[in-house]
Amino acid sequence: MPTAARETLPWRARVPQIAHGIRRRVLEHTIAQNGGYLSQACSSAEVLALLYGHLMKLGPSQGPPTPPPFPGVPGGAHEHFNGGVYNGPKAPDLDRFILSPAHYALALYAALIEVGRLAPEGLAHFNQDGSSVEMIGAEHSPGIEVSGGSFGQALAQAAGIAAARKLRGDTGLVWVFMSDGEFQEGQSWETLMTSAFHKLDNLRVIVDVNGQQVDGRMAETMNIEPFAQKIDAFGWQVCPVDGHDIEALAAAAHSPTDRPLLVLAYTCPYQGIDIMQERGAKLHYIRFKDEAERQQYREVLAAMQAGEEA
Amino acid sequence: MEVLSRVHEKNLVRWAEKRPEVVVMSGDLTGSTEIQLFKDTYPDRFFSMGLTEQTMMSWAAGMAREGFTPFVHTFAVFMYRRALDQIAISIAYPNLPVRMFGFLPGVTTPGGVTHQAIDDVAVLRGIPNLTILETGDATDVESVLDVTLDIPGPIYIRMIRGEIPRLFAADESMRLGKARVLSQGDDIALLSTGICTEEAMRATQALRARGVSIQHLHISTLKPFDDPQVAEAIAGARYGVITMENHTIIGGLASATAEVIARHGLGKKLIPIGLRDTFIHGASRPYLMREYGLDAAALVRTVEDLTRTALQIGEDDLAVVRLNPIHSAAKTEAL
Repeated sequence: MPTAARETLPWRARVPQIAHGIRRRVLEHTIAQNGGYLSQACSSAEVLALLYGHLMKLGPSQGPPTPPPFPGVPGGAHEHFNGGVYNGPKAPDLDRFILSPAHYALALYAALIEVGRLAPEGLAHFNQDGSSVEMIGAEHSPGIEVSGGSFGQALAQAAGIAAARKLRGDTGLVWVFMSDGEFQEGQSWETLMTSAFHKLDNLRVIVDVNGQQVDGRMAETMNIEPFAQKIDAFGWQVCPVDGHDIEALAAAAHSPTDRPLLVLAYTCPYQGIDIMQERGAKLHYIRFKDEAERQQYREVLAAMQAGEEA
Repeated sequence: MEVLSRVHEKNLVRWAEKRPEVVVMSGDLTGSTEIQLFKDTYPDRFFSMGLTEQTMMSWAAGMAREGFTPFVHTFAVFMYRRALDQIAISIAYPNLPVRMFGFLPGVTTPGGVTHQAIDDVAVLRGIPNLTILETGDATDVESVLDVTLDIPGPIYIRMIRGEIPRLFAADESMRLGKARVLSQGDDIALLSTGICTEEAMRATQALRARGVSIQHLHISTLKPFDDPQVAEAIAGARYGVITMENHTIIGGLASATAEVIARHGLGKKLIPIGLRDTFIHGASRPYLMREYGLDAAALVRTVEDLTRTALQIGEDDLAVVRLNPIHSAAKTEAL
């Protein structure tokens, strides 16, 4: 369905379409490039779709539909470009979006395309030399306002933004998308403590708890469970939910609270692409072993596309 | 010599009164970094961050993105050592106007290895977009705040605190990228920073009395390091150059000066005074300065080395030196 027509649908109909589109676009890209952060799109599709398709109050994108080339690092003589413009203007009553795990960039770009904030052609620039559509996105990449690739830092920067907005009297919220592995960083816990202490009730975090990290399953690499009890003990409102159930996610994200809010979205790292299970626990970056495996994924893609037409 | 107390504490409150964009963050060292009066005067603009230095840096960056000017206060070691990644990625890369006030440089604390910032300039000089300033007296501490107004990006300031001397006339502010010329001469170019300048001034008086002619510059901008007065002083020095810093001789003032000598092809000998690739330990400032060779006597010995002359200046000669606040270079001969 065209993006514009989709906007007239009720959110419960719209969000699953966006989520489906995120998976399909990232799968297409992964097949074409023989590599991609595919599992992250599978686990986070509903969360990103719900954020952009329902939860966040954003104005229209201020970015060019086709992303500009990399303009140079901040601090030089040139004009710097911030990818946050794809999330609309900054205004007191509007929400803000901060992507923390920068390797979810591909899933985010797909989400931006699905909601009409980025042209589909924009993805052709992905990971090309001189492009701003970087593989590990940074603050010049579409939809990305702060450089979150060093884990634990984006949440703290978002907390600073939320503190500044409270000081100024803004009514808009600050939404942060995180991954579970980031909570192995000490800084994440520093920020949970300080955000609760400073009563940042305008800060809302959704964590993709897919249980995966580069070395494999988190439970076997560095366990963080019981996750919810820890967050609760740090003074946050915490809501563990099925991260593919948009009804449950939406209810959790709208929980009335006077504390900072964290939704633990428990997800499946191969949701929607079951054959990924065959790769075992090494899901951080998908590169096909051989042409036969790539062909299997082409068939999954064809089935997805057939489903859309039906 | 006039000695003033808690200069930053009072000055910051006065300076920030009509600057509502200034917010102050404390790493559980509110009294120790002289921001208690700010906290009492402007409680809404004061953020207690506890011992969360990494978060404090990133949080400050977030506030800076929203148009505030965060003044982050803690001991320097807890900034550049513990939160280096946050300084680089959250603050310096986006070129945000965060002002980092790093206290306890080098020998100014008896706190020992965990508290003494001996390599901060070396560590931070490699970070793009970052300006590095160092204060050496009460006038520097007062006027460094005005200097920050000219710098759109992040700044790290080596701060001194407590009882500090006024070496420079109160109406002669620190200037970005411009050294103070404390004496003029053509035997030796002497570049000093921070608290070493006071020691250097004790020695240069005695040295002048023995006929040694010294072009003495007090350096307060360590990065960028492009003041033309530095290359000119070095080029004009008959015997060579001495640098004097409360910091390791690797990566700080000595290295920056060596780069200037090389880049300009000046071909002068450089003898660095500073910590010679060593950690130090917890003891009083006078003891550490003597033990590690950062004091006036160390400068006298170094001048003797460089000029191959025995100058017959003893501890007693240095002890009787009286320092008065000095004005511009034109007046230094009246000292």
